[in-house]
Amino acid sequence: MRTTTAPTRTDETGDTRFAAADKAASTAARRLRWRRRGLVWLARLAFVGFIVGGWQFCTGWTPNGSSTPLVDPFFFGRPSLVWQRTIELFRDGTSYGSFWFDIFTTMHEAVYGFFCGAVAGIVLGVVLGQSAFLADVIGPFIKMVNAIPRIVLGSIFIVAFGVGSTPKILLAAVLVFFVVFFNAFQGVREVDRNIVANARVLGGSSLQIVRHVTVPSALTWITASLHTAFGFAIVGALVGEVLGAQRGLGLIIRTSQNRFDPNGVFACMLVIAVITLGAEFLIGLVEKRLLSWRPVDQSTWSGV
Amino acid sequence: MSSTTTRSASAHPSGARIAVTGLTKRFLTPSGSAFTALRDVTFSVEPGQFCAIVGPTGCGKSTTLGMVAGLDRASAGSVEVGGHEVQGVTRGVSFMFQADALLPWKTVLHNVMLGPILNHTSKKDAAAKARDWLRRVGLAGFEDHYTHQLSGGMRKRVAMAAALINEPAILLMDEPFGALDVQTKAIMQTELIGLWEELRPTVLFITHDLDEAVALADRVIVMTAGPGAVKASYDIDLPRPRGAVQELRYDQRFLEIQHHIWQSLKDEVERAYARDAAVPA
Ligand SMILES: Nc1ncnc2c1ncn2[C@@H]1O[C@H](COP(=O)(O)OP(=O)(O)O)[C@@H](O)[C@H]1O
Ligand SMILES: [Mg+2]
Repeated sequence: MRTTTAPTRTDETGDTRFAAADKAASTAARRLRWRRRGLVWLARLAFVGFIVGGWQFCTGWTPNGSSTPLVDPFFFGRPSLVWQRTIELFRDGTSYGSFWFDIFTTMHEAVYGFFCGAVAGIVLGVVLGQSAFLADVIGPFIKMVNAIPRIVLGSIFIVAFGVGSTPKILLAAVLVFFVVFFNAFQGVREVDRNIVANARVLGGSSLQIVRHVTVPSALTWITASLHTAFGFAIVGALVGEVLGAQRGLGLIIRTSQNRFDPNGVFACMLVIAVITLGAEFLIGLVEKRLLSWRPVDQSTWSGV
Repeated sequence: MSSTTTRSASAHPSGARIAVTGLTKRFLTPSGSAFTALRDVTFSVEPGQFCAIVGPTGCGKSTTLGMVAGLDRASAGSVEVGGHEVQGVTRGVSFMFQADALLPWKTVLHNVMLGPILNHTSKKDAAAKARDWLRRVGLAGFEDHYTHQLSGGMRKRVAMAAALINEPAILLMDEPFGALDVQTKAIMQTELIGLWEELRPTVLFITHDLDEAVALADRVIVMTAGPGAVKASYDIDLPRPRGAVQELRYDQRFLEIQHHIWQSLKDEVERAYARDAAVPA
């Protein structure tokens, strides 16, 4: 038997003979990935075409012997009219002034609320996840507040803080907080005990362990929650504005509703959808950067 | 690998003495009664000695190690390391577990750097030291890999570098190679011995593999089936350096010692098995 005191590393680094084959395989794999991506986008477009086209058709097609279309655009809007209304909103503004300012107002409230809520959620989630004692003490109160319907909270905030942007920011922050908090808490709870024990033995203080182990480990959970959380921030800002505001998309929606203008409501929804998708994209970029260490094959599913 | 050529057989031990006296550990069972996992365990390990502990599953080996590291508190008895009673996490200790405790979000280099960084070494010095250690365990060139990109054996080497970079006085190993395949295991054992002979920390090495214990250790402690207690202690007089672990397995003296200790361990393994089998699942 041969002695193996000095194992060579050829088994780990691979052999140059296979380099060409490797390269061909990776090119093929990349092509396959692009192809799949193209297919996904094609299917998405087809889906949108089906929904919007169907809507446009049903609100235009008049069955025999009927005076109104199959679906009355007066109540349900019509894609072409929604588009027209959107252009009008951007070109002419509203009775309150420039439409851009309304978008800015809502965004401002949503983004502030998002940051306040996310930071509070992460901090409290990490702190309570670390300390079983604090979690036991504060846990029931958090559950209690979480059980209050958000719309009631909105009313309370508007009564307390007036119709400015503060109550909307607060409402958005509260919505975001709970999503992020529960995820951060769970994420901290899931931290590998071996890793924590190892870091402690290596001489890490509690604060160092939070920084080097707990938070990075919980980050998978936290960033996952941020996607949902931004949607909630928009919802918080809008609901606050619908309840009472001087500017903002929620106000436009409410005015449109009062004037029986479904196209105006849909136009605002379109704008909100674009904003949310944009934010989603940005959060996706941040997530990709923060979690770049993860094996790649997981991210093929990130479209969901 | 450099570790086999640079070893100096008569290095001064840098390890600390471990003295475990009357160590007892009770756990609270879910039903609220006390369960004794360890009863009156007493042994000591001399500075720079490589001591292996063998015993059946569930006899309290990991529990003992946790208390030597100061991660867990004893119900009774004491642990002294380097003449000081252990209170809180023991200083100058490194741990190696069966499941690797590597950080998946850090690169290989940053994983190895963690020890010095936690001890407030500057980033630059820590990185230089970590590179040196990666070279010593044969992983130069893998600094920027993430742990999921490595094989099981390579991850063990990273863990070994991360454990040794702090130049610990005591190295605690809890079945570190238990999850490896036979060949990788033998290679890692040989490398561990090489590094140990160079640095000479005190090693407390837990394993359920008696061959591994005899091949590596100066002394093998056999523990009884739960509640764990020290049953017997054997000095292994195989000469050092012992060379490749695979070769050693055919050594006549090795087989004699192995057989001798197995007589003692066998009863405990059978007792533990009978007890586990009797408990309705
Ligand atoms: N935290 C704990 N709570 C309750 N029982 C425990 C705990 N840790 C270990 N035990 C019990 O103590 C005994 C010894 O465990 P351990 O030290 O892990 O054994 P091993 O020798 O296999 O490493 C086992 O019966 C185990 O169930
Ligand atoms: Mg164990």
